[in-house]
Amino acid sequence: MLAMLALPVQAEQVLRIGNGPEPESLDPQRMSSVSALNIARDLYEGLTRIGPDGRALPAAAQGWQVGDGGRRYTFQLRPGLRWSNGEPLTAEDFAAGLRRLVDPRTGAPFAQLLSCIVNAQAISEGRARPEQLAVWALGPSQVQILLRAPTPYLPSLLAHPASFPTYRPALARYGREFARPGRLVGNGAFRLDQWVVQGQIELVRNPHYWDDDRTALDRIRYVPSDDVAAELKRYRAGELDVTSEIPLVQAPQLRARLGDELHVATYLGSYFYGFNMERAPLAAQPGLRRALAMVIDRELIVAKVMNGLARPAYGWVPPGVSGYAPQSVDWAAWPMARRLAEARRLYAAAGYTPAHPLRVELRYNTHDDHKRIATVVAAMWKQTLGVEATLIHEENKVFLAKRRLRRETQIFRAAWIGDYDDTSSFLDVLASDNGRNDTGWRDPQYDALLAAAATEADPARRAGLLAEAERRALDALPVIPIYWYVSKHLVKPYVRGWRDNLLDYHYGKDLSLAPG
Amino acid sequence: MIAFALRRLLSAVPTLFVLVTLAFFLMRAAPGGPFDGERTLPPQIEAALAAEYHLDESLWRQYLRYLGGLARGDLGPSFQYEGYRVGELIAAALPVSLSLGAGALLLALALGGAIGIVCAQRPDGAVDRVLGAVVLLGVSVPNYVVAPLLVLLFAIGLGWLPAGGWRPGTLADALLPTIALALPQIAYVARLLRAGLLDALAAPYVRTARAKGLPERTILFRHALRPALLPVISHLGPAAAGLITGSVVVEQVFNIPGLGRYFVQAALNRDYTLVLGVVLLYGTLIVMLNFVVDLLYGALDPRLRPA
Repeated sequence: MLAMLALPVQAEQVLRIGNGPEPESLDPQRMSSVSALNIARDLYEGLTRIGPDGRALPAAAQGWQVGDGGRRYTFQLRPGLRWSNGEPLTAEDFAAGLRRLVDPRTGAPFAQLLSCIVNAQAISEGRARPEQLAVWALGPSQVQILLRAPTPYLPSLLAHPASFPTYRPALARYGREFARPGRLVGNGAFRLDQWVVQGQIELVRNPHYWDDDRTALDRIRYVPSDDVAAELKRYRAGELDVTSEIPLVQAPQLRARLGDELHVATYLGSYFYGFNMERAPLAAQPGLRRALAMVIDRELIVAKVMNGLARPAYGWVPPGVSGYAPQSVDWAAWPMARRLAEARRLYAAAGYTPAHPLRVELRYNTHDDHKRIATVVAAMWKQTLGVEATLIHEENKVFLAKRRLRRETQIFRAAWIGDYDDTSSFLDVLASDNGRNDTGWRDPQYDALLAAAATEADPARRAGLLAEAERRALDALPVIPIYWYVSKHLVKPYVRGWRDNLLDYHYGKDLSLAPG
Repeated sequence: MIAFALRRLLSAVPTLFVLVTLAFFLMRAAPGGPFDGERTLPPQIEAALAAEYHLDESLWRQYLRYLGGLARGDLGPSFQYEGYRVGELIAAALPVSLSLGAGALLLALALGGAIGIVCAQRPDGAVDRVLGAVVLLGVSVPNYVVAPLLVLLFAIGLGWLPAGGWRPGTLADALLPTIALALPQIAYVARLLRAGLLDALAAPYVRTARAKGLPERTILFRHALRPALLPVISHLGPAAAGLITGSVVVEQVFNIPGLGRYFVQAALNRDYTLVLGVVLLYGTLIVMLNFVVDLLYGALDPRLRPA
């Protein structure tokens, strides 16, 4: 007793993270925003997690076997897993989480994430019952999943919060209002302590977590903010240890002043302009689209408009995706003069002259950064080709609704953030029947290449098929890639364990605060 | 008097009803819906969500359903903040905005009132000119400039006060946002009161009072101040409603979980129920505060008392 009293009292380790917009939900199957997913990875744990190098690592599962030529995965759970209320956590809980994800009644934004599982697609389309999902609990500690075709990235998919287990008694009792303090039961390294909407979400360490002995933080405070500048001020005042972003305009000063604290890393996201492929003249003239894509000086945009906080994009799939060699347009390495000359030739070949210029509308959702880029792009088109582009900005919901309808839109601003570290997370978006393909581009051969890749067990041959598909898209150019996103955080020097990575995942259990 | 109060309150019911009806149909006329995002949902999921929130029903049915809920005191579920009811969100945010708004209102009255009185005593004197310029600055410099400047100076530069955040009951958290909210109001109150006092001090009854030899202090506080307060009060009625319901700028800059941002975000996110909730709250506050203004008018000027 006396010895215990003599021990120095350790201060509580509280990490304060700026987390972007207020999360819409803490229900792992209902959430969709980056800010909600960040918190979910601390509140819950899937069968796997993503390591700092991007590879899937065991999490709630201690390992897995692959059988049936890559179609059958059997996950072995760690012994003695518990929910944050101390109740035992079983294989059936994981199976139920996956069934809930694909059940259309759940209304899960990521319902299609696991369409590689047998029957998943049919269930989410209402053609089969959730119980028919090919996921089984083999006793209390084994989960088995049967896939339609070999899916080597399944372990990565299972690190996505949409596949995390939800505590069924709370769900039965509170319905969709279960994900709140006092009700939410998770299985992550932390549990939910407090949620002040627009104020903060505070997590406290979960003593029932299997790896609690190695968790260093006692609390994590997620602070929402819609205002990047305000978040930066709180960081500078010492009220936040990590920011979600940094203001673009202040990048040069921050780099000079807080260089060591600034973490910039390639991120799985693409900023692009899409063509409405159902409207003339752009839909019918690949040469014209190519000319418009060629004259955009991406290096200039990245350096001057983005203040270096992006990477020039000449391909559709961002660099760094596992097991894939990035593809790019064939003119990516050309000197600018040659690109401009070729663009002028293509523009003239499409029938446009200074007296009869191409007139297009470029639409974007109202935002200063989008406006700056659109202005620069329109100026480049005008200067080299004489294109008369009208910039139209619209409130986000109006913009999205019009973009989807494909009636008024000609060229539109868009972005895509990959859900998992695999090429398919990007290439699927341009497939003919993909609901997220707002360009309306339809290429049966592209679809066939994706379908062939989806059933290909050999990773090298699969990567080859996907690369061929990407090259097809880059030849047709239904989209103009402009830049790839980077993650950009300020992290105080005393935060330990922070490692920049492609998916920008930072698990609270890996972080700690340096003493003193 | 009681009959007057009852009449006024009853007349508010149709006003609020029209307000809710207009807001309901206007929101629905806006393109886009609550589930539209950069990530398009598969049709089955969209249908499931629409059914969950009764968006698959006809607009009239939805309207009647909303009114039915309203009659039971239920403002419905929020679309954006899943798992929260609109009533809960407002109940959690209102006390925050109310305490900030009330603080700002008191500060505006005290400081603005003092400046107005000082300036009116020596119009066009040195003090009046200097304070007049300061007040003009207060009116013309917007919140989104003042608030970050306050943070830069007092939180980052001097380190005296937090840059943001809200711990209930903590004065340090409330100080900067209260000042940012109050500054323009201080300026308005000062200008209105100064003008009102100058008018009143030129009135014949003040001349009479002076002729009777009453001390200047008595003239100012007993005879001139009451009528001079009338324009201030009529300004403060709607201004108080604005202060109580928060300011989106001040809340964003200081990270305060108040009501203000709901007004903007709910509309941008097509959170239909939350929009209606805050519109109803704002409407009710305006009606109530106008009523209070009328009562104060009567108290300050007997000619304006209801028969």
